[in-house]
Amino acid sequence: MSDSSESNGRPVGTRGFELTVAVFLQVVAVLVIVDSLRVGIDWADDGPRAGYFPFYIGLLLLGAASWVVFDCLRGWSKDKAFAQSDELMRVVAMAVPITVYVLAVGLIGIYVASAVLIAYFMVRYGKYRIVPVLGVSLGVPLILFLVFERWFLVPLPKGPLEALLGF
Amino acid sequence: MQELFDLANGFAVALTLPNLGFMLIGIVLGVLIGVLPGLGGANGVAILLPLTFSMNPTSAIIMLSCIYWGALFGGAITSILFNIPGEPWSVATTFDGFPMAQQGKAAQALTAAFTSSFVGALFAVLLITFLAPLLAKFALKFGPAEFFAVQLLTFCSFVGMSKEPPAKTIAAMMLGFALAAVGMDTVTGQLRMTWGFPELLKGFDFLIAVIGLFGIGEILLTMEEGLAFKGKSARISLGVVLQTWGELFRHWRLFIRSTLIGCWMGITPGGATPASFMSYGMARRMAKDPKGFGQGRIEGVVAPETAAHAAGTSALLPMLTLGIPGSPTAAVLLGGLLIWGLQPGPMLFVEQKDFVWGLIASMYLGNLVGLIVVLTTVPWWAAILRIPFAVIAPVIIAICAVGAYTVHSSMFDVWMMLVFGVFGYLFKKLKYPLAPLVLALVLGDMAESSFRQAMLLSQGSLGIFWANPLVGSLTALALLMLFWPLLGAVMGRLRGRPAAAA
Repeated sequence: MSDSSESNGRPVGTRGFELTVAVFLQVVAVLVIVDSLRVGIDWADDGPRAGYFPFYIGLLLLGAASWVVFDCLRGWSKDKAFAQSDELMRVVAMAVPITVYVLAVGLIGIYVASAVLIAYFMVRYGKYRIVPVLGVSLGVPLILFLVFERWFLVPLPKGPLEALLGF
Repeated sequence: MQELFDLANGFAVALTLPNLGFMLIGIVLGVLIGVLPGLGGANGVAILLPLTFSMNPTSAIIMLSCIYWGALFGGAITSILFNIPGEPWSVATTFDGFPMAQQGKAAQALTAAFTSSFVGALFAVLLITFLAPLLAKFALKFGPAEFFAVQLLTFCSFVGMSKEPPAKTIAAMMLGFALAAVGMDTVTGQLRMTWGFPELLKGFDFLIAVIGLFGIGEILLTMEEGLAFKGKSARISLGVVLQTWGELFRHWRLFIRSTLIGCWMGITPGGATPASFMSYGMARRMAKDPKGFGQGRIEGVVAPETAAHAAGTSALLPMLTLGIPGSPTAAVLLGGLLIWGLQPGPMLFVEQKDFVWGLIASMYLGNLVGLIVVLTTVPWWAAILRIPFAVIAPVIIAICAVGAYTVHSSMFDVWMMLVFGVFGYLFKKLKYPLAPLVLALVLGDMAESSFRQAMLLSQGSLGIFWANPLVGSLTALALLMLFWPLLGAVMGRLRGRPAAAA
């Protein structure tokens, strides 16, 4: 990797992330509780209804998440660094291509998408020459193809290129 | 003596040529997984699980458990040569392992680490051999209330023993239970929390969660840290191995202590990571000159490695006998058993003798094969580690995507992997523990059905969890574990006050 491990960004606080995740968990908890109430949390003739157990799970999740929210708000002024801004940018710079990759897997198949992903990373972060880039980015999908489609007979998502080649 | 007879039968099952082959493949893949960042025991096994659906269950579990042993071995290589823990449980190994490598004693450190791993695992397997049948026989008497109490104990000990804040441990665990409840209710057949999305009918698969949380999450975390691999190279010769073994004999007390810590932490769901830290801490505290630790002491490698491997192996004891895994990787293996139609728990020892004893025999053989493989192939693994992150990262992402897709051949799962990956990163950064989340996701349905059965028996009274001494003591122990941090804080304050006054 070409980026050095020294960080020269400014620190980004934890509390925003902390609060977002905890509120998200609260929302999940409310969804669980609402749906448990819908299917019934009491007893039917043959025993507890479907919402009987998840209802309490939802309550506990709501309680625990609220506890985190409370702790976070109480210590609002004392904020710790979550990460440096340039570190976060590196994570985003990683997450975006992965998202595009997953989108591409559905559209053009996993083999072509993987080849493009590997080539992108090798050029972007490794600054490799064209020969090793082509070798690895074509070689890995080929190995995947041989192992999964040929050896274990597990079909993977394929796109127009594979259709053109007759698979 | 029945155990020895069964074990001999098990060796007959495990010692066939195809099974030995699967063992070797498993070990090599496991070391590879252990060496690469972002691929750990848990998600490595999760990714490879779909490939084994067509194999016979005994061969499949032998290969998968060997991947696990291999991953345990592999973590030590990166810690010692590169100061990068390939696995969380080898963090403690870096403290003394890397300084040893810097002083040119990499071969000794590696030999010590591998040998300790082997010794720790061997004792844990011996424990499983003799304790598992007894525990299984005992557990045959369990009713739904007892099973739920054991599960309660498992989850409460997470709250009591984890370093993370209790609120976050509970939140992570409950999120796991909530995700497990999505989909069709197994008892009434009603749909829960699907909100009309047909993709959610099947519920959330823990394999996808494991691949996302541990695999993609780890890649994002590695990216943030901006790791640059600068490692030492190593070559192990027979002379160094024998000389190090001679030296290790003097530390037999340390081995026993670390093994005990490891086995205890593995059976109770502490897992390999806290076991390795605890063992390292104990070794330092009990040593005559604790100052030498952290500067390349061989004990500092022996203690965490022995404990981690003992814990990793003994985590399979509660999984096989009670159906409750002691670690995330054991949870994935348990998921595999369920997929092959084998119900883990006490009945397994009665109905699937060949399978259980074949697996136990393969633990002996697998660890021996593993020791030989890693001792002879260290230079190659070190070379793999020199492949830059720019090449490794996209390959791992592609492998994770393949693994997620093959579970149900569904694109939706690949998207879920991505979502779990982002949460894996956030949870790790915000100190939400991932192990209870995964375990709750795996055990959720089982815990719910044993709770509902217990409630049916008692007509809705919680008193059934105190109805007899067995279930009562399990419940009491669970509550004790749950409130352990609170008790600790109160005791600390009581003790702290007189000291402050004096």
